[in-house]
Amino acid sequence: MSEQSPALELRRINKSFGPVHANKNISLSVDRGSIHGIVGENGAGKSTLMSIVYGFYQADSGDIYVNGQICPIENPQSSIEAGIGMVHQHFMLVDTFTVLENIILGVENGYRLAGGLASARKELVRLEQEYALEVNVDAIVGDLPVGLRQRVEILKALYRGAEILILDEPTGVLTPQEADHLFRILDTLRDQGKTVILITHKLREIMAITDSVSVMRRGEMVAHVKTSETSQPALAELMVGRSVLLQVEKKLANPKDTLVSIRNLNYEDTDGVPRLKDINLDLKAGEILGIAGVSGNGQSELLEVLGGILTPKSGSIRFEGQELVDSKAFTARNLRKIGFGHVPEDRQRSGLVLSFSANECTILGYHDEPEYNRGLCLDRKAMVETCRNYIKKYDVRPPDPYLKVSGFSGGNQQKLVLAREMEQNPDVLLVGQPTRGVDIGAIEFIHKQLIMMRDAGKAILVVSVEIDEVMSLADRIAVMFDGGIVGELSAAEATETKLGLMMAGVKDAQSETKAAI
Amino acid sequence: METFQTIILLLDATFRVATPLVLAALAGMFSERAGVVDIGLEGKMLGAAFSAAAVAAVSGSAWIGLGAGILASIALSLLHAYACVTHKGNQVVSGMAINIVVAGLTPTLGYAWFSMGGQTPHLGGDARFKPITLPFAEAAHDIPIIGYIYSELISNHNIIVYLAAASVPICAWIMYKTRFGLRVRAVGENPHAVDTAGISVDWLRYKALIMTGFLCGIAGTYLSTAHGAGFIRDMTAGKGYLALAALIFGKWRPVPTLFACLLFAFTDAVQARLQGVELPIVGVIPVQFIQALPYILTVLLLAGFVGKANPPKSIGVPYIKEK
Repeated sequence: MSEQSPALELRRINKSFGPVHANKNISLSVDRGSIHGIVGENGAGKSTLMSIVYGFYQADSGDIYVNGQICPIENPQSSIEAGIGMVHQHFMLVDTFTVLENIILGVENGYRLAGGLASARKELVRLEQEYALEVNVDAIVGDLPVGLRQRVEILKALYRGAEILILDEPTGVLTPQEADHLFRILDTLRDQGKTVILITHKLREIMAITDSVSVMRRGEMVAHVKTSETSQPALAELMVGRSVLLQVEKKLANPKDTLVSIRNLNYEDTDGVPRLKDINLDLKAGEILGIAGVSGNGQSELLEVLGGILTPKSGSIRFEGQELVDSKAFTARNLRKIGFGHVPEDRQRSGLVLSFSANECTILGYHDEPEYNRGLCLDRKAMVETCRNYIKKYDVRPPDPYLKVSGFSGGNQQKLVLAREMEQNPDVLLVGQPTRGVDIGAIEFIHKQLIMMRDAGKAILVVSVEIDEVMSLADRIAVMFDGGIVGELSAAEATETKLGLMMAGVKDAQSETKAAI
Repeated sequence: METFQTIILLLDATFRVATPLVLAALAGMFSERAGVVDIGLEGKMLGAAFSAAAVAAVSGSAWIGLGAGILASIALSLLHAYACVTHKGNQVVSGMAINIVVAGLTPTLGYAWFSMGGQTPHLGGDARFKPITLPFAEAAHDIPIIGYIYSELISNHNIIVYLAAASVPICAWIMYKTRFGLRVRAVGENPHAVDTAGISVDWLRYKALIMTGFLCGIAGTYLSTAHGAGFIRDMTAGKGYLALAALIFGKWRPVPTLFACLLFAFTDAVQARLQGVELPIVGVIPVQFIQALPYILTVLLLAGFVGKANPPKSIGVPYIKEK
């Protein structure tokens, strides 16, 4: 086999979007029957590169070779014909269709559906057995859990005869157990002779499953190494271009009084579906409480209720002994006034106004403070001045208070929001997904800031779907599943297995793992 | 017997009024299920009504008129596609623009060509679609109830009414049992899925809009060469919007949409009957109020009684490959 040409080879690929040179002279060679990892920070150009391979974009220059043959890929169609399949980060599925309909979309085999559906059903039975990919083909995709939807995507690619399978950040939405299952599937695929390309920014996954790995940084390919000959810190250094701390350095927490106590909190959405069920939590001064869970299990609603955006159905939220629910104070504006800071999960939707300039976003929510007002007008000078300070203190790049917020990268947008909320010096800080879409370098900085807030005696609530982040940041971890709290662990007790089981809704994960030992 | 006859007459009128609604609503279904809002159904119908009447008047053939109506409507549909699909324009603005342009253009052209105050000449003979007497209708007329229903209600409509009736199962079949239908439904929900499956999103939406133009063309032709006998300024009178409402009321599905159209048409038939009729207690209801009934019903139905309508997820959003 080793004598043969590589399954996929890229030679000097270049791609620019306007002034941004997303891919610079990228060359890459992937062996047949291997799992090849591509790592890099957000915006390093990984996804762009793979979109070129999949025919979503056209390279400005450079060649793609499949099995040693030059292969001009002009659109997804020609890529599929070359035997390349892609599992996108955001699934490319039609939620209202059945699994079967999704799989045959584009390869219907004739203008009438009946024949295509029947032959696909037969072929899928074979594929499911061969690769251990069971899924009910008549289920509506929108009703399936994410793990299964991903399996549908993989089946879709295999059904189209893919020999090379590209997975873009496949574990972002999975529990650790689901991710393990995915890795077993990938192993089987490799054993059957398929080639797998895994794009990720999680180094642990690279180490766990790949045979070789390529590292991208700022649009360039900086290294190709065998996985067995490298390590996580070495890869992290290659990705960032300097050495980074993967683990936050922090002292042991010194929790003091309970600032916020939440009792039997319930929330129903507008359709009457219960989203929060009998939540009991305490936020203590000088402590970080982490909320772990697969996204969509009520964490967003919890944050928005505590931020005063949603009104709970029942229950109580007490802040320094004062009841907040049912009082006139329970609005986002008043909660801010009495000392709640809120960094929303989705900074682009609720944290910023993308078409505003940085200095305008600096005062969002605090725009009526006297320091930013002069008579009827806003005091632009004061706004810009404040913004300049934030930019300096939080190292926002580029340092331009007049730049539109949409012109900043994700990490810098997040720094702007964090700066705004932290600099009000709140007693309670609610943070949703602190480092989603943020580069490793900036993650380190944001984590340090949160620890500093904690050490200054603030109560901090961190909601994150990144289990690593919760484990390294939080002093106490509560796990949410299906709108309820499954359980609480101290940081010392928490292991990935325990949290993973709890995230899947297993109530007594603690005792179960003990029993297993 | 008299009540029975009244009901039959009401239903008969319902069918005649429902025909253009059904055709236009199904037309809208293709466009909207493909993710393109089509508020321009009204304009396409009006354009088709005008060109069908004009061509039928000149050529003397209703069928050539139908062809012209369909072509005009498809041309307008392609204009909409060019603006909204090729150039990713705002779909509501484009649709509205088409409505306004057609409303102004048709009487202007009519005036220039026929000098009859913006109308087309009165159509007669072969230039109009005539009612068809179905086999045995005459003979069956005297059989009580069933025969009467057959000869009065089922028989004696023009070909387009039957065409509209047939178009419901045909469109349902296309939408749910063919490759084209599957792709149209997919592109309205998630165009990215379609694109990554190696299908051209733009071309698919063009094809769906051509289908919309085709059906709208028949609907418009019906108004001027079958239901009426010539083109009159603004003769669609909001039927395109009503069809759109029926489509939403029917949750973008063919059979429920048919029933929504029939309901709207029925209120229209009742409305025509109620004018000037003295009712017990209330007396004569003002004509204006009765004429407003179908529209009031539309608003009420859409506001409260439909429940939550789940439109195709990507409707109204131009497909742009993101970075």
